[in-house]
Amino acid sequence: MASSFSAAKITQPLPLNTTTTRSPDNPLFSSFKCSPPASSFLGSTHKLRIQRPTSAWSQTRSGTVVAVSDVVKEKKLKSNAPTANLLIGANAQLITKEEGLEVYEDMILGRAFEDMCAQMYYRGKMFGFVHLYNGQEAVSSGFIKLLKKEDSVVSTYRDHVHALSKGVPARAVMSELFGKATGCCRGQGGSMHMFSKEHNVLGGFAFIGEGIPVATGAAFTSKYKREVLKEGDCDHVTLAFFGDGTCNNGQFFECLNMAALWKLPIVFVVENNLWAIGMSHLRATSDPQIWKKGPAFGMPGVHVDGMDVLKVREVAKEAIGRARRGEGPTLVECETYRFRGHSLADPDELRDPAEKARYATRDPITSLKKYMIDSKLASEAELKAIEKKIDEVVEEAVEFADESPAPSRSQLLENVFADPKGFGIGPDGRYRCEDPKFTEGTAHV
Amino acid sequence: MASIFQAVGAARALSSSNSFDSKKFYLTSRESVSERKGSIFVVRSDGRMNSGRVDKLVTNAVATKADSAAASTASKPGHELLLFEALREGLEEEMDRDPRVCVMGEDVGHYGGSYKVTKGLAPKYGDLRVLDTPIAENSFTGMAIGAAMTGLRPIVEGMNMGFLLLAFNQISNNCGMLHYTSGGQFTIPVVIRGPGGVGRQLGAEHSQRLESYFQSIPGIQMVACSTPYNAKGLMKAAIRSENPVILFEHVLLYNLKERIPDEEYICNLEEAEMVRPGEHITILTYSRMRYHVMQAAKTLVNKGYDPEVIDIRSLKPFDLHTIGNSVKKTHRVLIVEECMRTGGIGASLTAAISENFHDYLDAPIVCLSSQDVPTPYAGTLEEFTIVQPAQIVTAVEQLCQQ
Repeated sequence: MASSFSAAKITQPLPLNTTTTRSPDNPLFSSFKCSPPASSFLGSTHKLRIQRPTSAWSQTRSGTVVAVSDVVKEKKLKSNAPTANLLIGANAQLITKEEGLEVYEDMILGRAFEDMCAQMYYRGKMFGFVHLYNGQEAVSSGFIKLLKKEDSVVSTYRDHVHALSKGVPARAVMSELFGKATGCCRGQGGSMHMFSKEHNVLGGFAFIGEGIPVATGAAFTSKYKREVLKEGDCDHVTLAFFGDGTCNNGQFFECLNMAALWKLPIVFVVENNLWAIGMSHLRATSDPQIWKKGPAFGMPGVHVDGMDVLKVREVAKEAIGRARRGEGPTLVECETYRFRGHSLADPDELRDPAEKARYATRDPITSLKKYMIDSKLASEAELKAIEKKIDEVVEEAVEFADESPAPSRSQLLENVFADPKGFGIGPDGRYRCEDPKFTEGTAHV
Repeated sequence: MASIFQAVGAARALSSSNSFDSKKFYLTSRESVSERKGSIFVVRSDGRMNSGRVDKLVTNAVATKADSAAASTASKPGHELLLFEALREGLEEEMDRDPRVCVMGEDVGHYGGSYKVTKGLAPKYGDLRVLDTPIAENSFTGMAIGAAMTGLRPIVEGMNMGFLLLAFNQISNNCGMLHYTSGGQFTIPVVIRGPGGVGRQLGAEHSQRLESYFQSIPGIQMVACSTPYNAKGLMKAAIRSENPVILFEHVLLYNLKERIPDEEYICNLEEAEMVRPGEHITILTYSRMRYHVMQAAKTLVNKGYDPEVIDIRSLKPFDLHTIGNSVKKTHRVLIVEECMRTGGIGASLTAAISENFHDYLDAPIVCLSSQDVPTPYAGTLEEFTIVQPAQIVTAVEQLCQQ
């Protein structure tokens, strides 16, 4: 099944007005560098073209731009070793030591945290629906570690690791999962609703697809700030993470359209782990190659091996750079896999054990570890030290969460409205929120 | 059916401060109502003014002070405009005041809005600030919510309120709830507005009343405007509010003309409006039904009744103070609304009044709502689905006999 995604070309829509030549130093997205529109016309500048009918499957487009994964596949075929899916050796220094250690630490944090979540869940410390990210760490670390603090991240219910990568402290996330008042959302959100204003994590959404318009809105604000409020240096980028199941949802398509239409600074990151609970992506989607849907809306569509953090990082750099430069959105499909079930309540009986085993050999953490050691970027000891450090961080987070108080009743009514006058005027003429029982959480509203 | 344009005299401007001192606020609003110098000129479709029969017909269905006398409109302060122009004026003032205020919706920009509420704004403020969206209600409402979370103050226009059913996911899950689920970290100061209600033979899908569907969503406020004065005031208040507010307009009220003050004013989002003080019965209404009620009121006054008419304006939350004071005075309540009978605003209001003021009632609360029928196209049938003035008169007579 993995091989069906090996055809990783970027297809372009029919040529635009601009003529560009593909430059060797910028292989990924060069053909999408359109010159900025002369007028301030807000909308598509594509001309309408009459298409001659072509066969559905023939590639009539001149999509010869090549993704990094293609180059790597060639190398893989040559080397033919199971974990040789990374560029090894002097061909390219894909990452510096500092960057490598940062990314490694982030992935270890994600993995250790999620494993601890599973433990805590089965010990009865957290409840409800908990969706773990094991196996997909390369996507989160590959993308989010390239962002600035002011950039925004929007995720789904599988959001613990996105929040952690963005900088939300592990103790705040763990407290939130335990439902304590010290959680990042004061215990009111839970596993599926991680928010952080400080770190610009805009959620955490329980319904799939629900966060994509919110992400589009955040990108719209960035453009608005630059063009209307004249904050000229505002180049904040938004990343929207979502899964393969979401790519059949209307909100996905509607937002691809709007983002491309207005050239919003957003990257749509599809974490294609092939399964939407028990629904295989191939059983749900007429054309399973999600990256192809980008060009249909006028943006590049890229497919990348989501189990390889270095490849993800390369693609992410280019996509985020595009958005920052004002060239518009990108659709990135990351082929990845979740090692655990959909949630901790999922018995995970449908997936073929052979498939799981195959992906387990491509564990992003072991791959990066091997790469770092083989290319002499770090020693075994240094990496072990990081793992130990993270273990302590996670332990401390659990302790902190355990010791934190549960929210008291007084918190019940506080955040329903930003302006509590919204609860209205009571029979006695006073606003309900002026009632002293309001702050106790017992007021009749 | 003749269209009724009512030129209601300007009320004294309510205090424009958003002060938290509600008691002070109340006195101000009550004083201003009783000092309102208004007279109603009913202009019939044939252009004649119905002021001839002064003996039999009470010209002032809006109660006034004795010295009101027919002051000529020319010498009154303020300026006259239509309701949609009042909305636009409020919108424009707020957009001038705060550059983060922006509008999103279908055909709001170059087209000027289906009901001309945003006419002229796109050339003035640009295409990004008055954004023409593709036809994707759920997504552009979500986009507005994301923009609000990150610092803007968007106004979403539903071309027809009914289209916002497509945005229900975003309105319910995100608009209402995100402030709470984020632990108060993100505010969502959006205004969602649009025309709803039964029009002139628009068919079932364009004649919907969404108040009943949205009222259970925690975390949002709902207001309904009914006059140019409160339309502008509520629009401005909604934009300034930090809460998400849904502003319900009515398709048939856009051409109402009224004289409104030149000075800046806003209307309180949580307060009801006293339209006509009275002693015998409390009639609670909102939006277009206010005019059916006032028409019935004229008949009732002739028959010797003295109805107190309150436009509740705030559909969520209810202004239980104004309503309660009225119930304590009259002991009889009639609710007249355009919402559906089942689960509508009237149903909630009935429950709220029963719960809070049961001891003050001399008779059961009567609620006149629209029939639970998809609005038919045929004019005759359409008339039967909504409450007509004759039914209001009958209901009052029956209630007052008990």
